[in-house]
Amino acid sequence: MSSAQVDHAAAPPAAGVPTPSAFGEKSGGRAVKDVTARVVMWLAFGIAVVPLVWILGSTLVKGGHMLVDSVWWTNSQSGITSRRVGGGAVHAIQGTLIQAAVTAAMSVPVGVLTAVYLVEYGRGRLARTVSFMVDILTGIPSIVAGLFIYALWVTTLGFQRVAFAVTLALAMLMIPTIVRSTEEMLKLVPNELREASYALGVPKWKTIMKIVVPTAFSGIVTGVLLGLARVMGETAPLIILGPYTKVIATDLFDGLMATLPTMINQDRTEALQPALDRVWGASLTLILLVFMLNLLGRFVGRFSKVKG
Amino acid sequence: MAKRIDVKDLDIYYGDFKAVEGVTMTVEPRSVTAFIGPSGCGKSTVLRTLNRMHEVIPGGRVEGSVMLDDQDLYASSMDPVAVRRTVGMVFQRPNPFPTMSIRDNVAAGLRLNGVKKKSVLDEVVEQSLRGANLWTEVKDRLDKPGAGLSGGQQQRLCIARAIAVNPQVLLMDEPCSALDPISTLAIEDLINDLKSEYTIVIVTHNMQQAARVSDQTAFFNLKATGEPGRLVEIGETQRIFSNPTEKATEDYISGRFG
Ligand SMILES: Nc1ncnc2c1ncn2[C@@H]1O[C@H](COP(=O)(O)OP(=O)(O)O)[C@@H](O)[C@H]1O
Ligand SMILES: [Mg+2]
Repeated sequence: MSSAQVDHAAAPPAAGVPTPSAFGEKSGGRAVKDVTARVVMWLAFGIAVVPLVWILGSTLVKGGHMLVDSVWWTNSQSGITSRRVGGGAVHAIQGTLIQAAVTAAMSVPVGVLTAVYLVEYGRGRLARTVSFMVDILTGIPSIVAGLFIYALWVTTLGFQRVAFAVTLALAMLMIPTIVRSTEEMLKLVPNELREASYALGVPKWKTIMKIVVPTAFSGIVTGVLLGLARVMGETAPLIILGPYTKVIATDLFDGLMATLPTMINQDRTEALQPALDRVWGASLTLILLVFMLNLLGRFVGRFSKVKG
Repeated sequence: MAKRIDVKDLDIYYGDFKAVEGVTMTVEPRSVTAFIGPSGCGKSTVLRTLNRMHEVIPGGRVEGSVMLDDQDLYASSMDPVAVRRTVGMVFQRPNPFPTMSIRDNVAAGLRLNGVKKKSVLDEVVEQSLRGANLWTEVKDRLDKPGAGLSGGQQQRLCIARAIAVNPQVLLMDEPCSALDPISTLAIEDLINDLKSEYTIVIVTHNMQQAARVSDQTAFFNLKATGEPGRLVEIGETQRIFSNPTEKATEDYISGRFG
């Protein structure tokens, strides 16, 4: 072995440079495969990222100026027509937040308890059935959830289309995601902790409440926040059950309630610039809200007691 | 307050699989009994039937009887949760509750069973930590997470947690197998101290440890692979190590095993 070779081997191998070794040189065929694989992976990455950056960029450019104006955060669109500049999105932001909160309030207990049942108690037929149903629910297209609640709420029960009906449809979409994410987190809690608790003479339900769920808590919260972020951008059920309105409305059971997705959908077909600006502004606001929820989810996840 | 354990004709199953067969033994109060034997012969399984932890595993069931003084642990009127309060357990790997501080870990058993009074809890925490020879090491950081201690300290924390509920019997399943020699010695000293108050059963793979800490030794073995494990021989530790009755025991102890 020449001294030059020894030096080369001692230096940290540069990325992509094949290091000569006692095992012989890389064969030509493998080097080609290696380069091809690299190129394909980078291409795939590029294809995935470009549209993302593009969307974010153009939304920022076209909608950014709307959000800088304080009116955006304080006013509704009440009395403002497509050709007029002005008004804000507070009615839609409020509606989206209210509906998200109500959806979460309904979905979290049902979803978490279902997951607790499946992981901690579920055995046999019933558990398999429940798990199968959750799988089916996970695959339901959002427009079908919207139509189902419409058929139930409006056609069968004869009620008006109100925000609460929207949250029912959203809950249908959110519950299965919470069940699945919570299940994953509960499964990560080591069995040894349950046994340690039983061995102290702590009953099973108390072990679950005080040991298992707290240990998985931040993971569960992360799952909930990510599920909520997804549901906030849901549009199909809103179009069916919660048409747009320009005014501020906070009553869940009376009248229409605006949301960001329906606000976007409303002016989407307009040709006039003030309306288009509002579409981009609302889009950017929605992206920001979802982004903040994601960020919060990750932040809470940092404190996770169980590492996945 | 320590209690005597009487096991009679105990068969233990995992579903249809008979893991252990025909165990009969007596454990005297305030004594240390060591379970030795090759891996998979059912030491842990037998140990876990002594506080009804075996049935926590789906399909786990037993036939035969386990008496604690004059109470049948497997009587239909017996509440397994109450049994576990009387017969505490320490596991192979230290398993403090990760969400809890050192103090809360020790107090967990009482807290979760409804004791709320702070003065009572503080008292028990100190006593149990002293009992587990851990007090001086942690008294200034009781509010720090239990998971931040060293392995040996964590195991002593788990022992403190187990004795905090004031059990009559303490079961230990290879409590030192994850520990370094110094921590192991600390635990062995502790076992010697605890003996004056508790009935102790310890599973160990370490022959010297069995010889050092136990009064009585039980040797378990498999007749053949696939067969259920069984208790080959039980007797005073000194006799088992110097003059065992069974050939299998002698082979195992002298390292001439299988
Ligand atoms: N959770 C379980 N489910 C099914 N079989 C088990 C389980 N735990 C242990 N066993 C079986 O029971 C037998 C005894 O195991 P164990 O008591 O752990 O042995 P030891 O503690 O002596 O190493 C082994 O054959 C093992 O495969
Ligand atoms: Mg074992």
